[in-house]
Amino acid sequence: MKFTREILINTVLAALLLAMPFAALAMDEPFYVTLATRMAILALAAVGLNLALGLGGLVSFGHAAFFGIGGYAAGILSTHALNMQPLLTWPFEIESSEQMLVAWFVAVAVSGPVALAIGAISLRTSGVYFIMITLAFAQMIYYFAISWPAYGGEDGLSIAMRGTFPGVNTAVPLSFFLICYGVLMVALLLFACVRASRFGAALQAARQNETRLAAVGIGPFPVRLVAFVISAMVAALAGSLYADLNRFASPSMLSWQMSGELIVLIILGGTGRLFGPVAGAMLFVLIESVLGGLTERWQLFLGLILLGVVLFARGGLIGLVAGKSRHG
Amino acid sequence: MAEPVLSIRELRKNFGALKATDNVSLDLKPGEIHALIGPNGAGKTTLIHQISGSIRQDSGAIEFLGEDVGGLGMAARARKGLGRSFQISSLAPEFSALRNVMLAQQAAQGSSFRFFRPVMRDRSLTDPAMSMLERVGLAGRARLPAAELSHGERRKLEIAIALALGPKAFLFDEPMAGMGPEGAKDLTGFLDGLRREAPILLVEHDMDAVFALADRISVLVYGRVIATGSVDEIRRDPEVRRAYLGEHT
Ligand SMILES: Nc1ncnc2c1ncn2[C@@H]1O[C@H](COP(=O)(O)OP(=O)(O)OP(=O)(O)O)[C@@H](O)[C@H]1O
Ligand SMILES: [Mg+2]
Repeated sequence: MKFTREILINTVLAALLLAMPFAALAMDEPFYVTLATRMAILALAAVGLNLALGLGGLVSFGHAAFFGIGGYAAGILSTHALNMQPLLTWPFEIESSEQMLVAWFVAVAVSGPVALAIGAISLRTSGVYFIMITLAFAQMIYYFAISWPAYGGEDGLSIAMRGTFPGVNTAVPLSFFLICYGVLMVALLLFACVRASRFGAALQAARQNETRLAAVGIGPFPVRLVAFVISAMVAALAGSLYADLNRFASPSMLSWQMSGELIVLIILGGTGRLFGPVAGAMLFVLIESVLGGLTERWQLFLGLILLGVVLFARGGLIGLVAGKSRHG
Repeated sequence: MAEPVLSIRELRKNFGALKATDNVSLDLKPGEIHALIGPNGAGKTTLIHQISGSIRQDSGAIEFLGEDVGGLGMAARARKGLGRSFQISSLAPEFSALRNVMLAQQAAQGSSFRFFRPVMRDRSLTDPAMSMLERVGLAGRARLPAAELSHGERRKLEIAIALALGPKAFLFDEPMAGMGPEGAKDLTGFLDGLRREAPILLVEHDMDAVFALADRISVLVYGRVIATGSVDEIRRDPEVRRAYLGEHT
């Protein structure tokens, strides 16, 4: 592998994000540990979306649904575990658990089939219809969640105790950050693998020219559907971590604003670029916390920055620094 | 006589009031080049689209290797062995020429649901793809994104992709267009040899190429086949001369 400028930037970003909580603790600013964790988790969700959006060109405006499902998975498991109720009693009994790994598993196992169903319908459309139909599904799930009193309804679901992890005290912010960071790195590795693989080639070809893909005998639909499902599962995993971070599964995790935020992260960082979501999430959280501390209208500035990126730096931050991506 | 590889029966396609394909029947026999000629707007591309499955006929049958494929999608027909090129180049523009051919190679090898092995380090993809590019004379441009290739090079790349599929029949829609006289001559020689691999249904405006290559010619005018025959028969046919060749002589 050649050591390109992009690899250098990716390494720097990975190191910066890792260093941030340590620096924060050294400077006695523990709040920044939480901020770095937020960056890692949002980046993780965006890595998931980047698979569908960046590689496959599928502008899903409904990924909050999966992010939220992950969040509620963590929230519901924790509630049941606290009350010592089983998670399911019918058709078979499933014990609840305060294990984070179990929450991850449930997040992925639930979001996968939901994404399969949503994708199977949505992917029959394209362009603006696809955007709208994914939004519509996510809104349905959102309204379902806020009208479900057993799990908090509009108030959401608070998590008394963060999920546990074998050999780690997750209540320590730095430890929890390291778990999130580790998951993010694994997801990035997965993304890089998929992008370079046969599946990745087909997925990217489906974005560039679906007629060409069909003409060589690969149907675009199943390729996109699988990408959509994997993408949703990664977002759900991130959602589960996010709820654990805030000790709260909020309906806002399912909202369309959340879906929009994930898209914004990717565009800011660089669509389809490996570290685009990381760069985007770091910048986004930074803007949110720095400008958000100064003015209530920080989103106005976010809007201006986004406008600048779309007009002058289509490749996002990564594209700006590393140049156009090359496909070998 | 050998069974035809491809056989089209009474195909019809209307675009509103326009009869783009009007009761067309023709076939493609093993080892032959069957040229399809006709004036602009005659419906040649529309016919190729229906055979390859990118648009659906209103009625009629398309039989390929003894099987009715008229209801199958484009990808399924490609997997059965229909390799096509497009009149207006249709490539993955960001991918290099090599990766465009590799995509066909991976499709020919079977499942694309493999998630881990990097394609660029997979010799079973890169080697055959490279040799296809060599065959069409594009090896030197292998690493260039398809979008940066010249018009003629893109036409060649389309053919390399079709070759990589190892198809049982080729459908070429004006492969010579925009190639220049030299390029057209080279490609004529190339197609001449290619018919031994699989028969070719060749849509082409370049009459020198058509007369040099075709075993049979069908003439399409206003969606109808007005004549089918050998090169000599078509040259002599008065209706063809009036409807079509007249404009060229
Ligand atoms: N999708 C479509 N909708 C409506 N009309 C169409 C469509 N596609 C083609 N046509 C019309 O059908 C007729 C046949 O078009 P076609 O492209 O098949 O002609 P052609 O023989 O390939 O012409 P050329 O030599 O210029 O490539 C034309 O009149 C064209 O305008
Ligand atoms: Mg045409």
